[in-house]
Amino acid sequence: MATDDQPANLKFAPTHEWVRLDGEIATIGISHFAQEELGDVVFLDLPWDDAGERAFQAGSHFGDVESVKATSELFAPVSGALVSVNEALRDQPELVNRSPYGDGWMLTLRVSDPAELDKLMDADAYAAFTNESH
Amino acid sequence: MSTESLIFEKGAPGRAIPLLPELDVPERPLDHLIPASYLRTEPAPLPEVSEIEVVRHYTRLSQRNFGVDLGFYPLGSCTMKYNPKINEDMASLPGFARLHPLVDDSMAQGAIKLLYELEQYIAEIAGMARVTLQPAAGAHGEITGLMIIKAYHESRGDIERNVVLIPDGAHGTNPASATLADYTTVELKSDARGGVDLAHLEATLAQHAGHIAALMMTNPNTLGLFDENIVEIARRVHDAGGQLYYDGANANAIMGITRPGDMGFDVVHLNLHKTMSTPHGGGGPGAGPIGVAPHLVPFLPGPLPAKDDSGYFWEDAGPQSIGRVRANNGNFLVLVRAYTYIRSNGPDGLRHVSESAVLNANYIMRALEGEYDLPFNRACMHEFVLSADRQKKLGVSALDIAKRILDFDMHPPTIYFPLIVHEAMMIEPTETETRETLDEFIALMKQIAREARENPSIVLEAPHKTVVGRLDQTLAARKPNLRWTPEREPATV
Repeated sequence: MATDDQPANLKFAPTHEWVRLDGEIATIGISHFAQEELGDVVFLDLPWDDAGERAFQAGSHFGDVESVKATSELFAPVSGALVSVNEALRDQPELVNRSPYGDGWMLTLRVSDPAELDKLMDADAYAAFTNESH
Repeated sequence: MSTESLIFEKGAPGRAIPLLPELDVPERPLDHLIPASYLRTEPAPLPEVSEIEVVRHYTRLSQRNFGVDLGFYPLGSCTMKYNPKINEDMASLPGFARLHPLVDDSMAQGAIKLLYELEQYIAEIAGMARVTLQPAAGAHGEITGLMIIKAYHESRGDIERNVVLIPDGAHGTNPASATLADYTTVELKSDARGGVDLAHLEATLAQHAGHIAALMMTNPNTLGLFDENIVEIARRVHDAGGQLYYDGANANAIMGITRPGDMGFDVVHLNLHKTMSTPHGGGGPGAGPIGVAPHLVPFLPGPLPAKDDSGYFWEDAGPQSIGRVRANNGNFLVLVRAYTYIRSNGPDGLRHVSESAVLNANYIMRALEGEYDLPFNRACMHEFVLSADRQKKLGVSALDIAKRILDFDMHPPTIYFPLIVHEAMMIEPTETETRETLDEFIALMKQIAREARENPSIVLEAPHKTVVGRLDQTLAARKPNLRWTPEREPATV
């Protein structure tokens, strides 16, 4: 995972999405823990055709991830207008497994309320959370 | 065993034997019957093989198949019980097997009588007023039941109800059926005992007040646990104006002991290919009849079997019916098999089936709880869910354990379901297995647990004894290749 950021820069939702805030742009993906639990990702349903035309509320459903084990829903960890969706994932869903914090990113949002990030877990709290739930 | 080539790769040009008789009606050119634009310009490259090549090919394939006639098949939630051969004898009787579905009622008295009585048996087992035998499988029963619930609400002018509640451990068909019926699904959380969390139910009912159409539930649930709060759950959902749908996938646990109708359910489906021992797997055919409480009878699909002084007949449904959901009154010969099973067992026999199914599941669960994690440690019903969490920490997953079981001529349990259990292994032995078979499975599972500790590579590299090893399921899902194409063109066309 050479291109990956360290999770220390990230915030995590209890539904296993991560957020990284650069200015007012939030990049969103799913955690290393989540991709490991899912196993090989075989299909993603993301709002590719809605960039620039749609906004999400924190906690709202933005897509689905299907693995060899299960299909899971994806939820926006923060509110904001959809800026872009990772085009590479259309043909290479395996990037979510290979590089969950790097090339496997899913969306960018223009956040409407940066204070929402304070409600999310930091890396340590998330690590404790995932240990506790399993 | 060597690999078996495809039927398309066998044979030689011109070898096909003519099996079809001469036409006894005048022949007409194909393009007089079908528009030319729909006709092939080149013949399809069909296999040209001799009869013995066909027979050997499919016999070899059948020898590689695994079924309940070959070995233990504890595939949780699927109720892979033995299918008694008398069911096949009855379904082969020419009066059933060769009966045209559109024959006049007077020529089909025995068949309609059978369906009339089967409806009564299922109604009694489920505690429902009437039953439609049309749905071809459980999920078909679900969509039929939801359409009936929708028609009921609409008949009362109650058109704001758009939410179906579904517990987080539910079968995937439940939310799929609700979505197909144009409902929004809302998930109900499980509590620490594995049942519906009553506080969450209460909050959810309040949050969607006036919009609750139904709750879909199976009891026992997918953890194999009986939800003792069901009467209270039913009361609260009914008070909120919702109906209760019973997913009968787990009905093998309750026959003759309790009934969905007595628990408060309004619609029930039974999977005859599970509970009533009709053949199962390979895509069907199944049967998923649904029963309904008295207030929903007017909405049932029709026609329904009926009887008067002159005999049995098909009675059309009334004006409120949702209409037919399948042609020709369902998968008739499957229904003949289920009827045979119910009559062979009788009421006491069916109760004994469920008692034995529950006993067998508890026997295995208690024997394995020392070797595997048991997330909900209480008496189970016809199935139970273990977690391979302990083995996963050693690098051996539920999938690896399932693959290792294949080396011992047994079918693995259902894995990674229900989703609320980490590394889930869902084990349903059914009532038809002997004590010896249960003991063999227990010994095998203990052996695999030991291997995971002492020699994990033998589990990680399993299966060792099957025709093929681990197939690349990820590649198959990402880039499905569903059609064989010849590497070279056939020699002649």
